[in-house]
Amino acid sequence: MLLDLIPDQEFFRDTTAKFLEDQVPARLLQQMAGTIPADWEAGYWRRGAELGWTSLLVSEEAGGGSVSGQGLADLCVIAHEFGRHAAPGPLLPANVVAAALSDTGAHRAVLEELLAGTAAAAWTSSAVDIRADGSDLVLNGAARPVEAADQARYLLVTGGTDGALTQVLVPADAPGVTVTPLRTADYSRHYSAVGFSDVRVAAESVVGTPGRAAEQAERQLQLALVIAAAETVGAMQAGFDMTLAWAFDRYSFGRPLASYQALKHRFADMKTWLEASHAITDAAAAAVGKHSERSAELASAAKAYVGQYGPELMQDCVQMHGGIGLTREHDLHLYLRRVTTNAMLYGTPADHRLRIADLVEQRGELS
Amino acid sequence: MTGTADDVEDVESFRLRAREWIRANLSPASPENESGLRAVPAEVELAGVAHDRAVQRKLHEAGLNGLVIPREYGGQGLSPAHQRALNEELSGYEWPSRFQVPTISPCGAVLLEFGSQELKQRHIPAILRGEEIFMQFMSEPSGGSDLAGVLTTAVRDGDEWVLNGSKVWTTGAWWADWAICLARTDWDVPKHQGLTVFALPIHQPGIEVRQIEMLNGARDFCQEYLTDVRVPDSHRIGEVNGGWTVATRLLFHERMMHNSPYVTSPVSGPRATGESALVQVARDAGRLSDPIARNLIGEARMLDLVTDALQRRVAGGVRSGALTADSAAVGRVLLISKSLRATQIRYEIAGDYAAAWGTGDGAAAGIGEGFLMRQGSAIGGGTIEMARNVLAERVLGMPREQTADRGIPFRDVPRGATR
Repeated sequence: MLLDLIPDQEFFRDTTAKFLEDQVPARLLQQMAGTIPADWEAGYWRRGAELGWTSLLVSEEAGGGSVSGQGLADLCVIAHEFGRHAAPGPLLPANVVAAALSDTGAHRAVLEELLAGTAAAAWTSSAVDIRADGSDLVLNGAARPVEAADQARYLLVTGGTDGALTQVLVPADAPGVTVTPLRTADYSRHYSAVGFSDVRVAAESVVGTPGRAAEQAERQLQLALVIAAAETVGAMQAGFDMTLAWAFDRYSFGRPLASYQALKHRFADMKTWLEASHAITDAAAAAVGKHSERSAELASAAKAYVGQYGPELMQDCVQMHGGIGLTREHDLHLYLRRVTTNAMLYGTPADHRLRIADLVEQRGELS
Repeated sequence: MTGTADDVEDVESFRLRAREWIRANLSPASPENESGLRAVPAEVELAGVAHDRAVQRKLHEAGLNGLVIPREYGGQGLSPAHQRALNEELSGYEWPSRFQVPTISPCGAVLLEFGSQELKQRHIPAILRGEEIFMQFMSEPSGGSDLAGVLTTAVRDGDEWVLNGSKVWTTGAWWADWAICLARTDWDVPKHQGLTVFALPIHQPGIEVRQIEMLNGARDFCQEYLTDVRVPDSHRIGEVNGGWTVATRLLFHERMMHNSPYVTSPVSGPRATGESALVQVARDAGRLSDPIARNLIGEARMLDLVTDALQRRVAGGVRSGALTADSAAVGRVLLISKSLRATQIRYEIAGDYAAAWGTGDGAAAGIGEGFLMRQGSAIGGGTIEMARNVLAERVLGMPREQTADRGIPFRDVPRGATR
């Protein structure tokens, strides 16, 4: 997260932090152990939306607005707090879909529901088959894992081929849509497999222009990468902080763990990965936020780095704790779960290294 | 570091002025001219030195040098933001690498902090004009990491000091002009309390410079033997026996590396030479379409971007006070780790071209020999182990390592045999 927030961002962060500490303390997440009641979560989400969680990537004309003028940076402040508290709630899909609807001007009524937090939306990052049939569009195929599909009233679905992508907003209860919950390591997130079997939607369902959605889909991916990275960094920060405190409190052979050079050096590396993860995520947020020509590369670099070193840091935190770190009795696993899950979503670190290599090669060809 | 408010050019107009001048007056990046501890014939290295002196002078005459240095010492009295803008605009262009680390920082930086008015007015403008390249006489054959344990001794003789001892790992002492030297001036106090720093010309009677041949054939590191070298007291930097205060700042500025506001260093922009060089290695090794090689190319570029982002974060945080100055150690650990990994990546992409190569192998040639020097980045300028200690102890507040030399006269500290 940014080192120097403006006062409005600090206030915004503190309000959300306080809300999360109050609503989803580690103790409660431990008790619920992955079985969060749906109606409880819906109420929690609606109150979070009142704090501004869903409005930051939405234009003012469409009823949104940022805190600092940099909506994505503001959202990363919130995502960081989500990670730090391993908080539930469809923060990423809600904001990606809200941004898509705001940018394209489509489905204003749905956008209002998302802004108010009265409805959730899910976003599929992989493409399914979409064909025109008369004035309708017909969807077939499957997408997984899809975050929050089980809670969502709307699904933003991408289909077609690379050269001609189309995006449509599908009601989650449309005939032919099946949502099969998947199991996940993360205690406070939901992922599902979504099937589309001859799902028929009207032409008005299209988000953007039919066959011309590649750019907006790429934009959504970059937003997702940045939001997930910011959240992962928050979870890494929480895990690191509690492990650092442990190193001072825990004594072996009459000395604190923090006095052993072998462990000090591992903490030094962990701190380096953590700060580097903060830095690349902020850089990616800034680039994606202002539609810079470097946004694709920086978003992929953030994903590739945080996705590689996040799990590494968290497993080192487990190691520093010893046996207690492998138990559910300690809170450390809440953050390990979040980091473990996020690292593999929206393309693996290796996928994104390959994306970067493509960009590097293209630049080489051009220069 | 900045001038008065009313005469400071705003950053964006400065940027445009710099861009226009750079495009009109500088050539594309010329890695062959940059300092880099490579195995090159002496005349090639000397040509690089001459190139850097010329480019340094051109930048100076264009008002694009010493941006954060006060005008009275030949600088421009601008801000770190101007320096960042210049670094961005220089991306892809030639630059005077030998006038950066260690010349303008840490050497120039501590001259500005601790030097007498006379020393500052003599040397800072000379550096900015491309006339004086500074090196550090710090490490000794008896130990590198334990810097405060230096044995080189300075004994006062009227208005002069007489220095005896040996220094090592001085980059380019054979072509550089001046050195900043840490010497022991009192053996009867604990080690940090008996040190003093001096500036001295490298090429003078009493200093013998020996080039050291490294594993890749480079001969840029030197060892110097100082025999009754006489240094006027006016060339002392800081207080007598106050040398550790100066050395601490030297180390601080050294940890800042290319992140220091004193340092001109092109940011690795999209067209930086590093990434295209790696693509070229893969192409010349016939592996550009190999997903394993592409994965490694992506990783190398990722690490470049992450390192840049972290340096900015640390520099910004130190400036705003959100981070302590010691946080530079975080940047250093990452930089070293990146450098180790980047060398490994080149080696792996080259594959068996790193085992044996011929004259027609282009960028894939010679990588096996370069790999021999991989650990150089984790040793030179302070080992990664020391950087990790600094980070753990001063950034994370962990207990210090035990030492056997605290609070006792340096004369009585146990010492091993020196080489």
